[in-house]
Amino acid sequence: MTDQILKSWGRIQHANQEVVSIDSRNELLIPKIPVSKTWLPYGNGRSYGDSCLNSGGVALKTGKLNRFISFDPSNGILICEAGVLLSEILNLIVPQGWFLPVTPGTRFVTVGGAIANDVHGKNHHVTGTFGSCIRSFELQRSDSQRLICSEQQNSDFFAASIGGLGLTGIIIWAEIQLRRIRSPWIEFESIRYESLAEFFDLCEESDKDYEYTVSWVDCAGTGKRLGRGLFVRGNHAPIGQGQAQYHPKIRTFPFVPPISMINSITLKAFNALYYRKQIAKKIRSIQHYQPFFYPLDEVLEWNRMYGPKGFYQYQCVVPTHVSKEATTELLKEIAKSGMGSFLAVLKLCGNKSSPGMLSFPLPGVSLALDFPNRGQVLHQLFHRLDTILAASNGRLYPAKDGRMSGSLFRQGYSRWQEFANFIDPQFSSSFWRRVMEDR
Amino acid sequence: MRKILIIGAASAIAEATARIWAQSGDHLFLVARNQDKLESIAADLRVRGCPKVETYTMDANDFNIHTRMLDAAEQALDGLDTVLIAHGSLSDQVSCQQSVEKTLLENNTNALSAIALLTHIANRFELRKDGVILVISSVAGDRGRQSNYIYGSSKAMLTTFCSGLRQRLYKSGVSVVTIKPGFVDTPMTTEFKKGALWATPKKIAKYIVDAANKQKNIVYAPFFWQFIMLIIQHIPEAIFKRLKL
Repeated sequence: MTDQILKSWGRIQHANQEVVSIDSRNELLIPKIPVSKTWLPYGNGRSYGDSCLNSGGVALKTGKLNRFISFDPSNGILICEAGVLLSEILNLIVPQGWFLPVTPGTRFVTVGGAIANDVHGKNHHVTGTFGSCIRSFELQRSDSQRLICSEQQNSDFFAASIGGLGLTGIIIWAEIQLRRIRSPWIEFESIRYESLAEFFDLCEESDKDYEYTVSWVDCAGTGKRLGRGLFVRGNHAPIGQGQAQYHPKIRTFPFVPPISMINSITLKAFNALYYRKQIAKKIRSIQHYQPFFYPLDEVLEWNRMYGPKGFYQYQCVVPTHVSKEATTELLKEIAKSGMGSFLAVLKLCGNKSSPGMLSFPLPGVSLALDFPNRGQVLHQLFHRLDTILAASNGRLYPAKDGRMSGSLFRQGYSRWQEFANFIDPQFSSSFWRRVMEDR
Repeated sequence: MRKILIIGAASAIAEATARIWAQSGDHLFLVARNQDKLESIAADLRVRGCPKVETYTMDANDFNIHTRMLDAAEQALDGLDTVLIAHGSLSDQVSCQQSVEKTLLENNTNALSAIALLTHIANRFELRKDGVILVISSVAGDRGRQSNYIYGSSKAMLTTFCSGLRQRLYKSGVSVVTIKPGFVDTPMTTEFKKGALWATPKKIAKYIVDAANKQKNIVYAPFFWQFIMLIIQHIPEAIFKRLKL
């Protein structure tokens, strides 16, 4: 056992933790790990803020818990250990005609992490969250109890652990129901929209016929340009489409630049250019699933581009009935500040309810964007955004968060007290302590 | 298609190597001490596409069982053409210094058990006039250092044994490949702080598979260890003995 500095994806939060590697699903935790400190599972460290960190505690690293247990290609049921990355699952299943029913914007997350954050993707309006394709999993508690959790069995722990931020115990393995695909290609359209009103029209028009919808929004656009962007909608392509081979070009962002490469000057220029990247109002094309779902995965360690101070992501969701007004207000506030990044995403979340007590999505609109860490001025902007969010009964995504106030968390997640009953007494996280301390 | 025997199959490097072989459709016979671990590794390899995986529980220090295990492997896979010897233990230098018993045990695990196995395997492969024998030694065997010379000297013995064996078997068409990994991030090295020189088991595995395909002789993994060790080997002893390596 050694102490290590663990980081999260935003590169702002660091935590000094004792690291214990969990490498066998048959092993019990208790004899191996000191009980004098609190524990928290740590997968691939892709949470942005402090939800995967446990400063001063023990990190139960699951990276070596990465074995498949069984896969039945006739019905698409896959059982694997919790440290398996989604990328490894895709490598296995796509050639056999299967796909993940729900996938987030990166494939470099572990199965355990995807469950504990109940991640969602571009098809949320059709399939709901990652938790809804989980048939069962094993949850190991610090008292050595090994609970098999599903909708039928230990259903309370099932609901608490999906989106449970790793606090209910450690997920050892999971059983996932995959979905059929006929090819690894995606047919998609990209449509330029000039306003938020047009965005909402496109959502309404597309949500029935397109499984995947997402949009990039120009967060620097003010006045007439407010809420303009590119709307992408797609479906899995049938057999015979896109016979061409896909040759991925994976690069690594080579170093941490001394200052953030995203600043007020580059931001405006980039966004204006990106908006103009397609000349036509609408383009239609076919793309391999990897660049379609994971454009950022093609530049490994892209989080370095924000420089040594790192970045925050602000991802919120606002309920349907106020979504137009709230989104407009949020975007106005962001554009006015001149902060933000070109990675701004607007997405309609569907009505399918999430299985987890603390799952993030709700029916409405989700806005996500990165902000290079500029200290005080940024926190002032966040405060203004929080006020809009609180007034519209929206909430922030813990997986992306490193700074929300406890009151905003508790207002947004009304089931937090019920959830707290399922927290393993030996488990804790920097995030959880932060959102509980001001009670 | 290869018919591969892996001894020390539960080691992180062996498992990563087995995954590559599994995906290319090779047949595998896995040997390790821990039955549960072996079973979970075998299940994983089957899911990854391995057409045939068999397991065998054995402690490599049980010298009497070696031939029985080899018979079982040959029978299960209908012959063998590739062997990977991957078992070992990272000796605790400080406690070995205080205990002859511990030192000898480490020597058994890291050198003598492998040598015993290699003796049987070499004779069988020599008769077949074909095959690849891959042995995981270590850069630690290139020069004794105060921080881990118990482990290092065992690996030196193994390296030297392999060097002789390679010459002997060359005329029979059997390749002996000595793999010398540097620092690898495995359960064996959890106690260490990891820096830039550390490699993943997956990376080492690629070197091993490549070495088997090209029937190489000595392979440093990753390659840069060859240069590091060249320097370390050439430091004059008068200076070397004063260093804190």
